Amino acid sequence: MSCCPLDFNVIWFILVGVLFTGYAMLDGFDLGIGALHLFTKNDTERRTMLNAIGPVWDGNEVWLVTGGGALFAAFPNVYATVFSGFYLAFMLLLAALIFRGVAIEFRSKQPMRWWRQMWDIGFSVGSLFSSLLIGVALGNIAWGVPIDGRGEFAGSFLGLLTPYPLLVGVTTLALFMMHGAIYGAMKTEGILHDKLRGWAMNSIIFFVICAAMTMMATLLYAPHLAARVRDNPWFFSIALANMLAIANIPREFHHGRDWRAFVSSCAAMITLMALFGLNIFPNLVYSLPHPENSLTIYNAASSAKTLGIMLIIAGIGVPVVIAYTVCIYWIFRGKVKLDRMSY
Amino acid sequence: MDVLALSRIQFGATIAFHYIYPPLSIGLGVQLVVMEGLWLKTKDPIYHQMARFWTRVFALTFAIGVATGIVMEFEFGTNWATYSRYVGDVFGSALAAEGIFAFFLESGFLALLLFGWDKVSRTLHYFATCMVCLGAHFSAIWIVVANSWMQTPAGYKIVMHNGVERAEITDFWQLLFNPSSMDRLFHTLCGAWQAGAFLVVSVSAWYLLRKQHLDFARASLRVGLSVALIASLLQIVSGHSSAQGVAKNQPEKLAAFEALYETTSDAPLTLVGWVDERNEKIIGIQAPGMLSFLAHNDVHATVIGLNEFAPEDRPPVQAVFQFFHAMVAIGFAMLGIAALGFLYFRQGSLPERRWLLWILVFSVLGPQVANQAGWFAAEIGRQPWIVYKLMRTSEALSAVVQANVVLASLVLFAVIYFLLFAVFIYLLNDKIQHGPDAADLVPSGKLALPS
Repeated sequence: MSCCPLDFNVIWFILVGVLFTGYAMLDGFDLGIGALHLFTKNDTERRTMLNAIGPVWDGNEVWLVTGGGALFAAFPNVYATVFSGFYLAFMLLLAALIFRGVAIEFRSKQPMRWWRQMWDIGFSVGSLFSSLLIGVALGNIAWGVPIDGRGEFAGSFLGLLTPYPLLVGVTTLALFMMHGAIYGAMKTEGILHDKLRGWAMNSIIFFVICAAMTMMATLLYAPHLAARVRDNPWFFSIALANMLAIANIPREFHHGRDWRAFVSSCAAMITLMALFGLNIFPNLVYSLPHPENSLTIYNAASSAKTLGIMLIIAGIGVPVVIAYTVCIYWIFRGKVKLDRMSY
Repeated sequence: MDVLALSRIQFGATIAFHYIYPPLSIGLGVQLVVMEGLWLKTKDPIYHQMARFWTRVFALTFAIGVATGIVMEFEFGTNWATYSRYVGDVFGSALAAEGIFAFFLESGFLALLLFGWDKVSRTLHYFATCMVCLGAHFSAIWIVVANSWMQTPAGYKIVMHNGVERAEITDFWQLLFNPSSMDRLFHTLCGAWQAGAFLVVSVSAWYLLRKQHLDFARASLRVGLSVALIASLLQIVSGHSSAQGVAKNQPEKLAAFEALYETTSDAPLTLVGWVDERNEKIIGIQAPGMLSFLAHNDVHATVIGLNEFAPEDRPPVQAVFQFFHAMVAIGFAMLGIAALGFLYFRQGSLPERRWLLWILVFSVLGPQVANQAGWFAAEIGRQPWIVYKLMRTSEALSAVVQANVVLASLVLFAVIYFLLFAVFIYLLNDKIQHGPDAADLVPSGKLALPS
C-alpha cells in the first residue's frame, strides 16, 4: 500500500473521517461548554453558557448521526463489529448524549432551584461522559482491539478500559474543554467572558500536557501508529502543522483574538484526525494481536456501486448542508443576549 | 429470557417510545406552516400568537425526538450486527441519506424557527419554518423507504462477501420505489398529520371548555380541525391502498391481519373479534365477502389463507389481528370525530356541545394509539422475517452480545425513558395551563417591521 489509487473506498475513508472531524469541531465545543458548565456560579451565567450553544448544538450532533449512517452504509462490517463489540460503552454514550440534549431543552423551562440544578448536573455530567467515552472508543480503535477470524470483536467491556484508551479519553475531554472555553469566550462578554478566558488558559495547559503524554505513549507503546510517518518523512509536515496550530492557540488568545484561537483549535483537530487517519489507513479497525484479521476499507466495505451512489448523495447534500449551516452561524454571530426566547 | 427476546423487547420498546415524537414533529410542522402562512397572508396577530405558542410545544417534542432517535441508529449495530452486515449495502445508504437530507435540514433551520423570531425578517422566518417541516417529512421518506425494503425487498442481489451472504444494491430507484414504499410512506405521513392536528384540536377544545383564550382556541380549532379532517379522509384512502399492497406482496401478513386460515373466495371481513388460534376460528362479527372486496375489488375474489404457509413462516396471529383491528377502528373513529367537530364548528355551535368538546380533548390519544398499533401490526406481521423471505429475525442478532448486557441496557432505557416521559407530560401540561402569551399578539424585533 505504498501508493494508493483514489478509488471509492479511499474516498469514503476520507469522507467518514471528514464527518467525524466535523463532529469534533462542532459538537466538541458544545460538549466542552457542558463540561465547564458546573464551574459557573449563578443562574445568569449558566443560561448564557447554554444559550451560547442553544441554536446550534442540535445541528452539531447531526454530524455524529450522519457519520454513523455513513459508516453503516460505506463500511457495514466496521459499523456492526464496533457497535456490537463496544455494546455497553455505546449504551452509556447514548445515555450521556440523551441527558446532555434534553437537559438543554428542559432546564430553563421551570424556575425551581432543584429543577435547574438537576438538569445542570445532567447537562454537565452528560457532556463530560460523552467526551470521555468518545475518546476511549477512539483510543481503542487506534491501539487495536481483538478481532476474530469472522471479523467479530473478541474482547470484553473491561478490556476496553486499558491505560492508553483512557489517556486518549482524558485528552479528548481536555481538547473539548479547551475548544468549548474558547468558543464560550467568543460568545460572551463581561465577567463571564473573563472567567471563560481563565478557564480556556487552564484547559489549554491541561490539553497540552495530555497531548504530550499521548504523543509519548503512542511513540513508545504503539509504534504502528507512527509507521507511515516514519516511512515517509514528508508526512511529518502534518505533525508539524499540528504542533504549530496548538502553539498558536495561546498566542492568539493572549492577544485577545478569540476568533483566531478558535480557528487554530479547529486546525489542531483537523491535523490530529489527519495524522490518525493516515496512520491507520487502510485499516479501519486494527486487530491486535492478529493484524491479519483487521477490518480494512476493502474487506469491510459495501459494493462499489453503493459507494458510488452514496458519493452522488453526498455530492448533492453536503454542499447544501454546509451552505445553510454557515448562514445560520452567521445569523447567530456575536455575543449572547438573553431574551424571552432563550433557554 | 434469551438474548433474542430481550433484543426484540428493547428494540420494540425504544422505537415505540421514539415514535411518540416524530409524528408530532411532522404534524405540528404542518400546523406551524399553515398558521404562520395565514399570519403572513392576513396579518392577523392571532396567527402570530398561535405560531409562537405551537412552536414552543414543537420544541419540546423535537428535543425528545432527537434524543431518542440516536438510540435507534445505534441499535442496528449494537443489537442486530448480523443484520447490519447483511443489509448495510442497501439499508445503510437510506439511513445516511436521511442524515444528509433530513436531519441537517431540520435541526439547522430549527435554530431560526425557535430563536430567529426577532433576528430575521418574516419571510426568512417563514422559510425556516417550511424547511423544518420539509426536513421532518424527508426523514419520514428515508426511514419508511428503508423499512419498506425490509417488507418488500427490491433492487438488490445476494452476493457472497468474505464468505458470508449479503444484499447489495443493483438498482437504487427500485430500492427507493420498492413495491410497498410509497403506500406506506403516505400512510405514515397521514398518521403523523393526524397526530399533530388532533393535538392542536385537543388543546383548543380544552380552552373552550375552560372558557379561556377563546379567540386563540377558535382560530387554532379552525386550522386543527381542517387538517384533521383532510388527513383522516386521506388516511382511509391510503389505508385501503396499503392493505391491497399487503394482499399482493405479503399475503401471509394480510391473512394474519384478518386471521384467515383457509384460502377462500368470498372471504369475510371481521369487524371485532377474538382469534381462537387452536381451532383456527374467529369469534366475532363478520361482514361476508368484504375482505375479498377490499383486497381485490371483487366480493368473490380468492384470498390466500395462513394454511398455505409452513407454520414456521407465519406471523403470530392474535397480536397482529388485534393491533390491526385497533388501528382500523381508531382510524374510522378519528374520521367521525373530525367530521362532527368540523360540522359543528362551521355551524358555530361547537362551544355549547360540551360532550363533543370532551371527546375532542381526548382525541389526541387516537392517532398516537393508532400509529403505535399500526406499526406493531406491520412489524409483527412481517415475522418471522427481519427482511421478508431473506433473513429471519432469529438469525440477525449480534454474535458477541450476551443476554445479561442487553438486560442491563433495557433497564437503563426503561428508567431514562420513564423519566423523560414524566418530564414531557409535566412540561406539556405546564405549557397548556399557561396558555398562549398575550405579548405574542404584538410582534417584536424585525417581525414588527412592515413587510
